[in-house]
Amino acid sequence: MKKLNEILLQTDSFSEVVIGNTAIVRAMMESGVRVVTSYPGSPTPEIANAIQSIPAEQRPFYFEFSVNEKVATELAFGAAMNGHTSCVFFKSVGLNVAADSFIQLGFFDIKGGMVVVLGDDPGALSSQNEQDNRHYARMSYIPVFEPASPTEAYQYFKLAVQYSRELQMPVIFRMTTHVCHGKEKVNFGKWDNKPHDTTPRFEKGKTPLIPITTLALEMKRKALEKLNSFSSAIKNASFLQHIINNNSPEKGIITSGATFLSLMDVLSTCAHPPDILKLGITYPLPIDTLAEFLSTHKEVKILEELDDILEKEIKSLCYDRNIQCKLIGKSSIDDWMGEYTPDKVYDILQRTWANLLPEKIFVKQSTHISPPRPPQLCPGCGHRPVFTATRKVLSENDITVADIGCHTLGYLPPHNVGQILLSMGHSTATACGFSLFNTERKVVAFLGDSTFFHAGIPGIVNALFNKHNVTLVVLPNGTTGMTGHQDHPGSGKNFNGETSAITIRQVLEGLGVKNIRETGAYNQSKYAEHLEASINEEGLSVIIAEHPCMLKKTKEQKRGETYKNNKINILQENCDLLLTCISSFACPSFQTEKGKKVWVHEDLCIGDGSCIQTCESKAIKLKKEK
Amino acid sequence: MENPFNIFLIGVGGQGIGLVSEVIARAADAAGIAVHGADTHGLAQRGGSVSSFIRLGDKAYSPMIMRNCAQLVIGLELHEALRGCNEYLIDKGTLLCYDAVWQPLPVRLGLSEAVSIDVIEKECESRNIKLYKVFKDNLPDSIMQNIVVLASLLKYNLIPSLKKENYIIAMKDILPEKSFSLNLSLFEEVLNS
Repeated sequence: MKKLNEILLQTDSFSEVVIGNTAIVRAMMESGVRVVTSYPGSPTPEIANAIQSIPAEQRPFYFEFSVNEKVATELAFGAAMNGHTSCVFFKSVGLNVAADSFIQLGFFDIKGGMVVVLGDDPGALSSQNEQDNRHYARMSYIPVFEPASPTEAYQYFKLAVQYSRELQMPVIFRMTTHVCHGKEKVNFGKWDNKPHDTTPRFEKGKTPLIPITTLALEMKRKALEKLNSFSSAIKNASFLQHIINNNSPEKGIITSGATFLSLMDVLSTCAHPPDILKLGITYPLPIDTLAEFLSTHKEVKILEELDDILEKEIKSLCYDRNIQCKLIGKSSIDDWMGEYTPDKVYDILQRTWANLLPEKIFVKQSTHISPPRPPQLCPGCGHRPVFTATRKVLSENDITVADIGCHTLGYLPPHNVGQILLSMGHSTATACGFSLFNTERKVVAFLGDSTFFHAGIPGIVNALFNKHNVTLVVLPNGTTGMTGHQDHPGSGKNFNGETSAITIRQVLEGLGVKNIRETGAYNQSKYAEHLEASINEEGLSVIIAEHPCMLKKTKEQKRGETYKNNKINILQENCDLLLTCISSFACPSFQTEKGKKVWVHEDLCIGDGSCIQTCESKAIKLKKEK
Repeated sequence: MENPFNIFLIGVGGQGIGLVSEVIARAADAAGIAVHGADTHGLAQRGGSVSSFIRLGDKAYSPMIMRNCAQLVIGLELHEALRGCNEYLIDKGTLLCYDAVWQPLPVRLGLSEAVSIDVIEKECESRNIKLYKVFKDNLPDSIMQNIVVLASLLKYNLIPSLKKENYIIAMKDILPEKSFSLNLSLFEEVLNS
């Protein structure tokens, strides 16, 4: 087996088929990054997987999963102010959490340099929105690098570090889902594994460091001046503003990031392809290169995923320089939405220039459609019995508030628990809002454990402080489940080893929550009793319904060869075809032939037994391995 | 082999589709063929439909395949095989389908009809798709169906430029030592069956 750590730790140059997330880890090593921080979130967690493959003592930088994105950003900032090149990475919406600190970064001379890696998610494939984080760059005067592929991610990252160090300014490194997860062979350079300078180089008093009153404006001026220096520095970096000359003075296309690859695919069958200007840095824009491209083409299409940021800036550039070029930007709401896949780019270009592209391949219409397959809670998941029992206790009219995590999936049928979702940690406070003027509809909020520590605590403090009347159900599973099982402050382990677990109960008690009830999540009757009591008392009540993540546990057991191959068995003679195992409990292991027979799928069942209590006919039995 | 040669893989979260796709990508690389690809990550892995793109040849740029532009679809489960066929396969293309069923929620709740192998056969007939149906009984672990799929790709020469040694190097690269020999003997067994 080729071990990832052995691949990454080579000092000589090499090439390897990797995803973008892995490629930038080697780029971090080669460019001497010293501190890396993160909070897990798709599409970026595989960056940490690659880091984790390297044993801590061989890791050339410090890494931690911080408690949330804001904390991770602050950690990386502090380290960089002390002279250590740092990098923080998180998912698109993580930047909203980090924003309060992030927005200030441009104000400082960041000695070591600092790269903020964003995993943006056009198409909202694994996020609550598809926000275009290039807007943040303009609010914070921080430059944006946008690689299109794993190879570019590797190359651009090293440049990003270089510019960030030289100009002592933060840079944004914006990857999108298919840059993070795109796979190809990347040629890596040498790694000069030399010892690092650990001297704390923080300097007080040379430049303002406290942005209050007039100093804030002075610091803003500096951020703007640095942005100008950055513009000058990249002016002649043709590598970052790549022109593909197809001898087409009539038509040109300006694009960036993974959209460029979609475009190249679509144009591969085009007889007269337009010229292309592919931008590697989308803020600040390379004005002269753009002006030259625009003034040498009659019509230019701005092919821009998500919002019309380039479009507006390019239009204003044409006005300022009096460039007579027909600009074609977005023409419908759909152009603002979704990932610019090759299909989407084809459709857009078809609308832009009717006869440019050959017809799409025609296929015969399918006669059978496959039913959708929504994601589900895994077999053995502790959230499932909680949702099943919640449904029994609450009435149809009551309000359940979801938070972010695996338990969000409770909104799907048949549970339909967790009817509204805003953001990480919102649930308690949103529930409190629902409880105002409301005596007739009970309000119950749900919260996972990683999210509890991430952003869940302020809402709970507020519920106590302002004496709100809600029930919060905390569902600890010991890990950050949805993003691939990262440890959190309640796990008793951090990325680098053992640490004392912060227990949720103690936090709640410390805050002064009076009504705390606990049960194992599998125990439906106990949980139901707790919920009944909680919703009928005044103030904030918290139920902690815990069960370890069974996907993680089963994997660990299989790896350690301690997995017991227990299975659930349906005693067909007892089965009255009530179908509660399917229609209310809904473990994916239960299969049915049109409701006429129920059986257990051997590949799915893990023999956890959480389903046994749901069958009134007592037809579900545990079959232990002999 | 056509350039690009597009392969769309589809299955259910938990079936281990990532392994099949990684082996194909590495086998292609070992054969000196340029490869691009991408897997679904994140949310969909929780028992949802998961897919993977692999594109072989130097005329591919994006890791993503356009709709109905794959020459080969690999389905690890019947419902997903049909979905993959409808969304990505060209007419007269090839479908390799592992004959397993993991019922999706609407089927279990009685809201939709299940997809049977008959349905897939009819669909393939109507669109002139070459269907390879594979299955192996009594696997020590259902995840090993992936090896059956890989061996079948070679057995029926469904990715024309890939040779046996390419597959084996790729499997050796990504499987832990102790499971490699077990998987290799299954691979050989299917190949010679």
